[in-house]
Amino acid sequence: MNTMLNLYTRRRIVNAVGLSVSVLAMLFGLFWLCWILLTLLDHGLPALTPVVFAQMTPPPGNSGGLLNAIAGSVMMTVVGTLIGTPIGILAGTYLAEFGQRGWMAPLTRFINDVLLSAPSIVIGLFVYEMYVVRVKHFSGWAGAFALSILVIPVVIRTTENMLRLVPSTLREAAAALGAPQWKVINFVTLRAARAGIITGVMLAVARISGETAPLLFTALNNQFWSSNMSQPMANLPVVIFQFAMSPYDDWQKLAWAGALLITLSVLTLNILARVLFRQSATTH
Amino acid sequence: MNIESITNPKIIIKDLNFYYGNFRALKDINLSIAEKMVTAFIGPSGCGKSTLLRTFNRMYQLYPKQKATGEILLDGANILDSKQDLNMLRAKIGMVFQKPTPFPMSIYDNIAFGVKLYESLSKHDMEARVEWALRKAALWTEVKDKLKQSGTGLSGGQQQRLCIARAIAVKPQVLLLDEPTSALDPISTAHIEKLIDELKEDFTIVIVTHNMQQAARISDYTAYMYLGDLIELGETSSVFTNPKRKETEDYITGRFG
Repeated sequence: MNTMLNLYTRRRIVNAVGLSVSVLAMLFGLFWLCWILLTLLDHGLPALTPVVFAQMTPPPGNSGGLLNAIAGSVMMTVVGTLIGTPIGILAGTYLAEFGQRGWMAPLTRFINDVLLSAPSIVIGLFVYEMYVVRVKHFSGWAGAFALSILVIPVVIRTTENMLRLVPSTLREAAAALGAPQWKVINFVTLRAARAGIITGVMLAVARISGETAPLLFTALNNQFWSSNMSQPMANLPVVIFQFAMSPYDDWQKLAWAGALLITLSVLTLNILARVLFRQSATTH
Repeated sequence: MNIESITNPKIIIKDLNFYYGNFRALKDINLSIAEKMVTAFIGPSGCGKSTLLRTFNRMYQLYPKQKATGEILLDGANILDSKQDLNMLRAKIGMVFQKPTPFPMSIYDNIAFGVKLYESLSKHDMEARVEWALRKAALWTEVKDKLKQSGTGLSGGQQQRLCIARAIAVKPQVLLLDEPTSALDPISTAHIEKLIDELKEDFTIVIVTHNMQQAARISDYTAYMYLGDLIELGETSSVFTNPKRKETEDYITGRFG
């Protein structure tokens, strides 16, 4: 009886210690996050005026906006996503649906994992060497290519994971009707995993919309309005990088506004992704 | 277990062995399935009854490490022959699984999906086929006003009847049911059992069940399996009232399993 009581007390103490450490760790993480967000809101909100969306990035000492940078970011993100998503979905489908035998799939999966954790500056340097050096100038296309290389591994990973979540009985049921494999994949498994895959694409977009390093070597920047992807292109992350480091007050304010804009769009994408995924979880 | 006593066999199995990798899951099975009757496979978990069922439509071929040897004759033609076209085989042999497996599409499309694989029907004919299948599966009155809604939104019992409708819409000759009611409540189970009784007018039915009472209620023939061996096959009434083998008696009287 005594030993049982001891055991029970011990368990309660271990439980209390474990719980407090976890809560402290959570508070520690949350503290920095809240501080960052509050600072961002504090500096960013006053700077986020309608002018930001109406005017181009100004020369030092003048007031202006971020219109060209916003447009450039949106264009390169969209093109990067449009290039990366189909490749990612197809490769992910290969890994999940055809990757049971042979050495191709494990190798691809391994390389993809490496790519997934590769520092984005490496991707930027790669596109710089392979593309920018050859055409001899920075361009929006190069930026979009660099971003698409960042999109691919994220989409591959989520597509494969989401397809693996589809119960194998569903595949069997379609195969039992005599459906060939491409029909099973197109009409049944990909459809069942659709919400999860869209979520993955959105998270990939969220990831690339804040990337600075790959754009620094590829799209660089442009002070003026340009919708020509063959020319250097303004974009929010590089503008923030440049403006935040400058001594000019106007530029610093714009950098805060840009940082807030990126954070808000990433937040929106994340929330959308969560809502979508939750909806699909309840209907299945 | 005298195969000869079944006078109108639809499927004849000869010396069937089945392997998961190196593990021999079915051992020299010899068995006949009577046409337009219900044959039930019973036995404890892991005895090979589902494995046996899944050889009839070569479901195992989805998995690289599984293989079957021997002969399964459907109307005299060996379906294990590599020349046998898999899709045509599965058009003749439909299957319903333990867990309901509605496809992520509308109720209508769930049924039309299989039909479209084999026939190009006009819109009018397709509608008629969908209605026919849903009526056969006793689901029509419950879903006729929501055919465009998702099949995943139905209740478990309705989903399972949708799966049965989907299987019979292709007009197969044989229907394989792999524990079709084990995930369902008693009322849905009763629905499906009644349905199976009606379906045997048109189809040869093979059902795997964990539930011995169910086998006794709905089947004409019962096969008892244990550890990959077919122990006994006979008319259901005689297997349950007067089993020839001691092992069968132990199992159905609950002394075992």
